Amino acid sequence: MTAAVSHTKPDYPHRHLLGIRGLSAKEIIYLLDLSEQYVKLNQQVDKKRNTLRGRTHINLFFEASTRTQSSFELAGKRLGADVVNMSVSTSSVKKGETLIDTAMTLNSMHPDLLVVRHHAAGAVELLAQKVGCSVINAGDGAHEHPTQALLDALTIRRHKGRFAGLNVAICGDILHSRVARSNILSLGILGARVRVVAPAPLLPSHAEQLGAEVFTDMREGLRDCDIVMMLRLQNERMSGAYVPSPREYYRYFGLDSYTLAFAKPDALVMHPGPMNRGVEISSTVADHARSLIREQVEMGVAVRMAVLEALSAHLPGNSETS
Amino acid sequence: MAGPAPSPECTAYLDARLIDPGSGREMTGGLVVRNGLITDLGPQVTRATAPRDAAIIRCEGHVLAPGLIDCRVFAGEPGHEHKETLDSASQAAAAGGVTTMICMPDTDPVIDDVALVDFIARRARDTATVNIHPMAALTKGLEGRQMTEIGLLTDAGAVAFTDGKKSVADPQLLRRALTYARNFGALVVQHVEEPSLGSGGVMNEGLVSTRLGLPGIPAAAEIIMLERDLRLVELTGARYHAAQISCRQALDAMRAAKKRGLPVTCGASINHLVLNENDIGSYRTFFKMSPPLRSEDDRQSLVEGLADGTLDVIVSDHDPQDQDTKRHPFEEAEFGAIGVETLLPAALSLVHNEKIPLMRVLHALTAGPASVLRLDSGRLEPGAPADLVLIDTETPWQVDAEKLKSKSKNTPFEDKRFQGYALRTVVGGASVFTA
Repeated sequence: MTAAVSHTKPDYPHRHLLGIRGLSAKEIIYLLDLSEQYVKLNQQVDKKRNTLRGRTHINLFFEASTRTQSSFELAGKRLGADVVNMSVSTSSVKKGETLIDTAMTLNSMHPDLLVVRHHAAGAVELLAQKVGCSVINAGDGAHEHPTQALLDALTIRRHKGRFAGLNVAICGDILHSRVARSNILSLGILGARVRVVAPAPLLPSHAEQLGAEVFTDMREGLRDCDIVMMLRLQNERMSGAYVPSPREYYRYFGLDSYTLAFAKPDALVMHPGPMNRGVEISSTVADHARSLIREQVEMGVAVRMAVLEALSAHLPGNSETS
Repeated sequence: MAGPAPSPECTAYLDARLIDPGSGREMTGGLVVRNGLITDLGPQVTRATAPRDAAIIRCEGHVLAPGLIDCRVFAGEPGHEHKETLDSASQAAAAGGVTTMICMPDTDPVIDDVALVDFIARRARDTATVNIHPMAALTKGLEGRQMTEIGLLTDAGAVAFTDGKKSVADPQLLRRALTYARNFGALVVQHVEEPSLGSGGVMNEGLVSTRLGLPGIPAAAEIIMLERDLRLVELTGARYHAAQISCRQALDAMRAAKKRGLPVTCGASINHLVLNENDIGSYRTFFKMSPPLRSEDDRQSLVEGLADGTLDVIVSDHDPQDQDTKRHPFEEAEFGAIGVETLLPAALSLVHNEKIPLMRVLHALTAGPASVLRLDSGRLEPGAPADLVLIDTETPWQVDAEKLKSKSKNTPFEDKRFQGYALRTVVGGASVFTA
């Protein structure tokens, strides 16, 4: 494994991972290939590597997220890094500290890898401009969530073996979704045909120019689809602000066995989590054999290990830095 | 007039390219100033004919025009002196060829009372090097509920009434305020953005906002507000000025209203004439402004509107913000950009790049605002105040934000290459700036 890794390392030339935008198909495939190796490792009894030994990895989450944070934490620990979790939403921000102050404070602790989630689009990029280490975007506002898109791509590739010619429908709250934006980009780069399906108020302006075909009818949108990717709809958006009620949303845009039947017979179901059962997805579909939802979580750790490793190649003092 | 006392001296400006946008006249010649007023101008003014006691200033063929009148400046005083004072703003203005600044009432406290208009006049006289006139609030505290004392404030020196960065949303209140303003011949200036459609938005709604994942402000928010206001103007007959138009359809609505003969005028900021939403790039907060920078098509429509005279006024929308309010993620950063010092050079770029006649561009910076606000300045005529700017229209230079005179450095033109600048700025006959 080590040999294969060092052989492909220069294929990820960036210091940070701030978004899918700017990555090439080759770079994405490199990360997916690297992730595959970690999928295998994660299934072994001994999951520990020394790749990041001596490195400090800080998870800086301005927005609470159990699953993404623990996924990054496990990834860092399995690679041998010292991982520290900081939930800023509860501490400094309330005391009036600005993002830049937080960044400068952290910078003084000499981290090597900084994983950041923030509620404002562009915040992670702003932070990356101010710190000396590698930064990974773990979700910024409605902008991007690149590791989610990578783990989704990895999950799809493991089942379909390809991207070219696949029809992927991303369904739900596209307007507020960074997962949708990153997935539209990555799946487009990889050659899949992407659709977005949503009630019109939850579609962003100029959605048709994002590189996805736009549908406002679930059945039409799912026709001939290989992958149905559901998005979470936050409760506060279902009470008349964007759609009238949860039950009306579920009726027209929820995924149940009946709606799923409009997709291809072997269509697979995905969801970035956490799910609202009975709001955007029925329990029958969520727990169905064709649901990849739990596998996505598994892929998440592997993808994040691959990303951490790819970025660590650019850290100062790394013997493999070219 | 709030500003420095007129200079008693006599000065002759010789060998100038005299441009008077109000009359459309351009000629080579000289101009004589005495006691703060223009006394003579034209080809007949030469070294030989200049008054004997006159100090001579050779213009070497450069443009001598009325000093610029900037109708939209947020000076920070009172209340935000750490961002800008009347003194620092006036130095920036002088360095940019601006001889009259119109200050917005969005201060702390709000300029909604006679005493505050007096305060601005006094501070301007004591600290500023250029003329300063305040616009007063149209509603008390800018709260959009009760109109201010339009008559008393007019007598105190307020040149117009506006809620500054806020739109007056309540149509009934605006109707009554317009009706009452007409009584005094007062001008009502509106920031045209329907507040609920724009709420939460931080940039133009479109493909760029979608890509960046930022909440958008649709152009419709401006169009709806302007079209509603134009109906109220039709109903009341009051003089109305849309502070900043930023999109094609709002400009079309304004063009049609003027054609119908309504007493309406409009402005656009220089930012919206030379920049567009793409300049935000990756979340550059110095390009976050209100109204938001729009599409390239909208920008071009404004350039057309300037060329055909639909736009009466170009403003800087000078709005100083410090690092505490700008060094944030885009959504959380304050709106606004400084601009009074770069107004002239940026406007000259419209001459160089968009082929708009210099006469037309200068009109929107001098005679245009003077006519909208009924000021005595903004013209080159015997008897007019000697508020002048001598302009080199050609020499290239590059903006260095640190060298700008404003206390705040939030310029969208950092490192920008411009062609042309103010060589000398004269207020009431006295030179207040020389390059």
